[in-house]
Amino acid sequence: MNQALWVAKTGLDAQQTRMAVVSNNLANVNTTGFKQSRAVFEDLLYQNVRQSGGQSSQDTMLPSGMSLGTGVRVVATEKLFTQGSVLQTGSAMDVAISGRGFFQILKPDGDLAYTRDGTFQLNDQGELVTSSGYIVQPGITIPDSAQSITIGTDGTVTVKLPGQTAQTQVDTLETVDFINPVGLQPVGENLYIETASSGTAQGGTPGLNGLGSLVQGSLEGSNVNVVSELVNMIETQRAYEMNSKAISTNDQMMQYINNNL
Amino acid sequence: MDEMIYVAMTGARQTEFAQAINSNNLANVSTTGFRADLHAFSSEPVYGPGVETRINAVVDAYGTDFSQGAIAGTGRDLDVAISGPGFIAVQAADGSEAYTRAGDLRVGAGGLLETSKGHLVIGDGGPVAMPPSGSVEIGNDGTISLQPIGQGPETMSVVDRIKLVKPDIATLEKGVDGLFHLRDGGAAEGDAAVRLTTGALEQSNVNIAKTLVNMIELARQYEMQINVIKTSEENAEAAAQMMRMG
Repeated sequence: MNQALWVAKTGLDAQQTRMAVVSNNLANVNTTGFKQSRAVFEDLLYQNVRQSGGQSSQDTMLPSGMSLGTGVRVVATEKLFTQGSVLQTGSAMDVAISGRGFFQILKPDGDLAYTRDGTFQLNDQGELVTSSGYIVQPGITIPDSAQSITIGTDGTVTVKLPGQTAQTQVDTLETVDFINPVGLQPVGENLYIETASSGTAQGGTPGLNGLGSLVQGSLEGSNVNVVSELVNMIETQRAYEMNSKAISTNDQMMQYINNNL
Repeated sequence: MDEMIYVAMTGARQTEFAQAINSNNLANVSTTGFRADLHAFSSEPVYGPGVETRINAVVDAYGTDFSQGAIAGTGRDLDVAISGPGFIAVQAADGSEAYTRAGDLRVGAGGLLETSKGHLVIGDGGPVAMPPSGSVEIGNDGTISLQPIGQGPETMSVVDRIKLVKPDIATLEKGVDGLFHLRDGGAAEGDAAVRLTTGALEQSNVNIAKTLVNMIELARQYEMQINVIKTSEENAEAAAQMMRMG
């Protein structure tokens, strides 16, 4: 059957996927701690119809061969872990990471997940939880009589208890880092889980050993660059149109042969 | 039966191949570092007894368009674009050295630098090992320096240098994996004159207008071949009718 049709179809598929990635980036332009993705394209295998350098006769050689490309595919959707802008919110429970690192979260199924979203709250036990109610690891419990909470840049959590002048340290908020954060698998709810390619989580004190420091009263905004995403969207749409044009041209070629023979 | 119908049939079939090459260029209009394939028709006379009246048109993918693609900034540390001629040396699936223009690099699971297609990037002595790092800088001659994780900026040190080559493009051939290989199967010498732009990617060099015009031209060429087949059918019909009259 007509190969050009299928090649153009791979182009449509790939552009469609890219559009989904762009739309997802744009949809998450206000999501705290969101990292934008990009679709990575690769050309598919080539098919050697006629090998160049083959003998066309005993004494002569084919000067050039023919290899047909078979199209394109999206090989990866890669997260770009650049820093999002740090926005001041004023809420004592909001924490942004300035630099590398992730908060460690315990999911309800008992597995660990990682996030850059520091929109924390307290649950009924006084434990520090994410906005989905998942407990931050290692667990931090705030006494219910606490008047105010302070989270230092190194993760030290201190509270002011009634009747005391000095702050009391209750716990330390730790962050973790990965050798290859791009290898983390996004699972939704602003969470990532570790994979073989991300490496294992290495815990540490924020601000030390390359980990970013914490900023209380702030949140990390999405790192989506709206302008570049809109340009991507235009490019994707036009590339999609061109590939559909290729399909309709091939369709017309086949229609012509059907009508005329 | 008249041979003309076979010559036209070959022409139509070969035009379909050319259209496939053209569609592949169009499909790869957003593939980073993609180089467009060129096609041409050559005449292949059918040798045999009698006069050489039959000459088939056969399509050749005769090479690759090595012109520069547009460079788009991305701001990512590990994105590099080659400005001007030259290639990044990578390891092909069979372990041999191959070349690419796609500079969207990343650190793979084993801590080795690889392209987004998963081919290991070749440095001074084989694959480039990337220790865990706080920040990475790739210089415009391919030198990779990084600041080990947890250390201060004063510890920034050179780890390796990406092998950049500039072989004569006439000696290069696009393999079935989409990478460029030397025709004789060897490895090219490193070339210090090749320059990288970091934080940017080179886009596909497919010329959209040219490709679309090619597409129209090929479609019309195809219709002409079909018309020849049709004419030959009409000729045969007229001949058959004459026989009936007689």
